[in-house]
Amino acid sequence: MIIASLAFYLFSFMAVVGALNVIFQRNPVHSVLWLIFTFFNAAALFVLLGAEFVAMILVVVYVGAVAVLFLFVVMMLDINVIMLREGFLKYLPVGALIGVILLIELAVVFGGWTMAPQAEQLRVFPTPNPGIVTNTEALGRILYTDYAYLFQVSGLVLLVAMIGAIVLTLRRRTGVRKQKISDQVARDSQDTVTLVQVPSGKGLS
Amino acid sequence: MAEFWTDFAWPGIWIVLKILLFVIPVALTMAFLTLAERRIIGAMQLRIGPNVIGPFGLLQPFADAVKLLFKETVIPTGASPVVFFLAPMVTFSLSLLGWAVIPVSAGWYISNLNVGVLYLFAISSLGVYGIVMAGWASNSRYAFLGAMRSAAQMVSYEVSIGFVMISVLLTAGSLNLTKVVEAQEGMWFFIPHFPMFILFFISVLAETNRHPFDLPEAESELVAGFMTEYSSMSFALFFLGEYINMIAMSALVTTLFLGGWLAPFNFIPFTWVPGIVWFAMKIAFCLFVFIWVRATLPRYRYDQLMRLGWKVFLPLSLVWLILTAGFLVYTGKLAN
Repeated sequence: MIIASLAFYLFSFMAVVGALNVIFQRNPVHSVLWLIFTFFNAAALFVLLGAEFVAMILVVVYVGAVAVLFLFVVMMLDINVIMLREGFLKYLPVGALIGVILLIELAVVFGGWTMAPQAEQLRVFPTPNPGIVTNTEALGRILYTDYAYLFQVSGLVLLVAMIGAIVLTLRRRTGVRKQKISDQVARDSQDTVTLVQVPSGKGLS
Repeated sequence: MAEFWTDFAWPGIWIVLKILLFVIPVALTMAFLTLAERRIIGAMQLRIGPNVIGPFGLLQPFADAVKLLFKETVIPTGASPVVFFLAPMVTFSLSLLGWAVIPVSAGWYISNLNVGVLYLFAISSLGVYGIVMAGWASNSRYAFLGAMRSAAQMVSYEVSIGFVMISVLLTAGSLNLTKVVEAQEGMWFFIPHFPMFILFFISVLAETNRHPFDLPEAESELVAGFMTEYSSMSFALFFLGEYINMIAMSALVTTLFLGGWLAPFNFIPFTWVPGIVWFAMKIAFCLFVFIWVRATLPRYRYDQLMRLGWKVFLPLSLVWLILTAGFLVYTGKLAN
């Protein structure tokens, strides 16, 4: 299995390189492109784990939809790279402070890391034999059978978020001419066009 | 050393050979598709079309390729050079990637992926990147407008494509493309799913940016949309990518709805014909419809395109999905 481990190191190295480039690129569009590259490598790592369904969903959802919207927004920003660099020293102390706090938190979390005694058993238990059940099916069983209510509730949370976004951005303007397809289809030629025999030299009054 | 050959070298060579066996016919199909398109549209508009180079103009695609190769490559000032050249490469490679999972005949595929349909969906949803990158990197208003339109259009139509795919997959009971085709033995899915077949084909037209949804490159408004600044080989790669995408999408329609490599009737004179021939004939039919639509319909207006995607196709495909699931549960035919 030397190829698999070589592939693993390749993809994880590339993922780290991509992630570093996301934060070090000056141009935000390049950052987003590197982010997409990182997503791809993460998907490849999932494939190596044998979780092909999760890998494909990662590509479809994050690369195919979320990152497109990122790119969409970032492309329309008018960013001056020199202007961005001006604020660097001003914001450095605050940024450094937040970084240090996060580092301490991480140290605390990892310092007190213990495995629950039944965790190993739990980890093995719900995993069906991958030879018999494909991982699409296994995930489906967990989501739609064991945790169906939680799944529905998370869907409702997303619905609320969607309605919120629409309510925030919707503005009703008066005096806008809108195409009404039903009116157009319902229009009859007899109501709108009349054929008139015009006497020559006189015209219609 | 013997282990090296049996474990790595021969499988590697075999994979490369298989890839070539797929890519070369696809590239040739693409070359003659451009010719077929011009000839068919010519015939539909009572013209002759290109008929000078070679018999029936058969060498025209190669003449075009040579012409494009010898043109000058121009990089616009203010363009972002790396992204500018990355964009056509991305478009071209993505159009070829989809072929990795398409079974062209019983057992003829590069990879028999368990999530084949999802893979194809993922690849087709990535197609937008080539266009968006090209539009942004060109540093041109026309290109940028084309890219913006394209991003919105492809994201919108993916949603209904996804729902149609789910209805088909529910009926087939698998995400594996080979199993989807095998499930169509007896009845091709375009018969029970006929409304979705039409809807899927229209969405595919939008997804490949073909007429009547070719707004990203609407030449009457945007010069050539995202391709405005491209010339020579970088333009050729976009062109290749677009046409190979058409073929790949036709292959997807064939696999999901038209029974893949299966013969239309399961008795003697039809079963003698090998599966690959049926597959090619079905693809040719889909491609003909692509061209036919181009010659027939005028371009959609942008707001109408969005309305069609979100207000017509999305509700329709959702309702059909629920109907399909309900019917399958009611009749107890749901695959488990």
